[in-house]
Amino acid sequence: MTPTAIDRLIQLLAKLPGLGPRSARRVALHLIKRKESLLGPLAEAMAEAATAVHPCSECGNLDAVDPCSICRDIQRDQTLLCVVEDVADLWALERAMIFKGRYHVIGGTLSALEGVGPEDLNIEDLVRRAADQSVREVILAMNATVDGQTTAHYVTDRLADCEVSISRLAHGVPVGGELDYLDEGTLGAALRSRTKISGD
Amino acid sequence: MQWTDDAILLSARKHGETSVIVQALTQCHGRHGGLVRGGVGRGSRGVLQPGNEIQGTWKARLPDHLGSYTIELKRARAAHLLNDAARLAALSAACSVAEAALPEREIHVAAYDGFLVLLEALETSDHWAEVYISWELGLLRELGFGLDLSACAQTGETEGLAFVSPRTGRAVTAAAGAPYKERLLALPGFLAGQTSEETAPQDLIDGLALTGFFVERHVLAPHNIKIPPARTRFVERFTQ
Repeated sequence: MTPTAIDRLIQLLAKLPGLGPRSARRVALHLIKRKESLLGPLAEAMAEAATAVHPCSECGNLDAVDPCSICRDIQRDQTLLCVVEDVADLWALERAMIFKGRYHVIGGTLSALEGVGPEDLNIEDLVRRAADQSVREVILAMNATVDGQTTAHYVTDRLADCEVSISRLAHGVPVGGELDYLDEGTLGAALRSRTKISGD
Repeated sequence: MQWTDDAILLSARKHGETSVIVQALTQCHGRHGGLVRGGVGRGSRGVLQPGNEIQGTWKARLPDHLGSYTIELKRARAAHLLNDAARLAALSAACSVAEAALPEREIHVAAYDGFLVLLEALETSDHWAEVYISWELGLLRELGFGLDLSACAQTGETEGLAFVSPRTGRAVTAAAGAPYKERLLALPGFLAGQTSEETAPQDLIDGLALTGFFVERHVLAPHNIKIPPARTRFVERFTQ
């Protein structure tokens, strides 16, 4: 490997999240030292991913097949549609193994700062999918931020003509969270979304 | 150099992997940007939401540097509005308009005080939309483009004001403005001193159109800036 090739590898690795030039150099050296066991297979896996992985034409998830394995799964509840901002959010929900419906990735949030408008998001396809007779509920799993909730309200407006019930994720105290350390906004949201345990 | 000031957070834009560049409307230092190191972290994300009241300590080697902020939350305003679509849209619109309209590092105490009143109204008042329109009028006045809604530009009458001249920004009575009403902007009753229990939706639309016209023409257009999309979406909530 010529020094130019190493430099190029380091430059590209430095563009990865969490890696700067120094750590990229360390990773490059680590890969080169394990050429057979790591660098070769990694290069193959990356080449394969680059050609095979595409966004699902139905939900926007990333997969090697289209429609993706989640959309193809007939065991999944066809009446539930969970709307997420990004593929990372979809994967987070899948990791938790608590949702058995289908997903829709809108690809971001409305943001005046970033110049993201409704036309830049995958909302038209969502409206089309929500209008499907089989869908009964749309769950808006957006982040509890101003941009996330602004997008959720916009999506709610757009789905007004579809005969579906619309719900959103609860906001409040996280598992393991101590009230003393929570900000007042989270505490307020938790108090407003409180659930009754007993009594009338 | 270093100072500490109360502020309202207007925007937070990710910078690199861990930092955020914020724009804050401070009480004594005007609209002031700065870098927040570690602003992407879990602890800071809830704090760095537009509309939150904060106390910021700004530090830089030279005054014209971007500098860095250390931010402490004073009052989480945004979290209380997340469930209300219209109020949240108003908050986003106000933050966007303030960021676009106010010159950086120019002291505007009245703009800060007015924004606090608006935040309080968004959280507690049923007349928050009227307060929003009054806030935009106040912003225009603070920037030197105040409208004269006290008397008719043509007759001097103080009663029956119904229009505003787009050229002069002065009020006109219904009778005096009737021949030119196609060219004049409607003046909603609540801005003309008329009081009523509930403001008609059309009055709110007229009020937003009135302030939007002058904000765009006097404040934004000279800098080649368009009305922020957040404000356009806020107005659409009333017009649709």
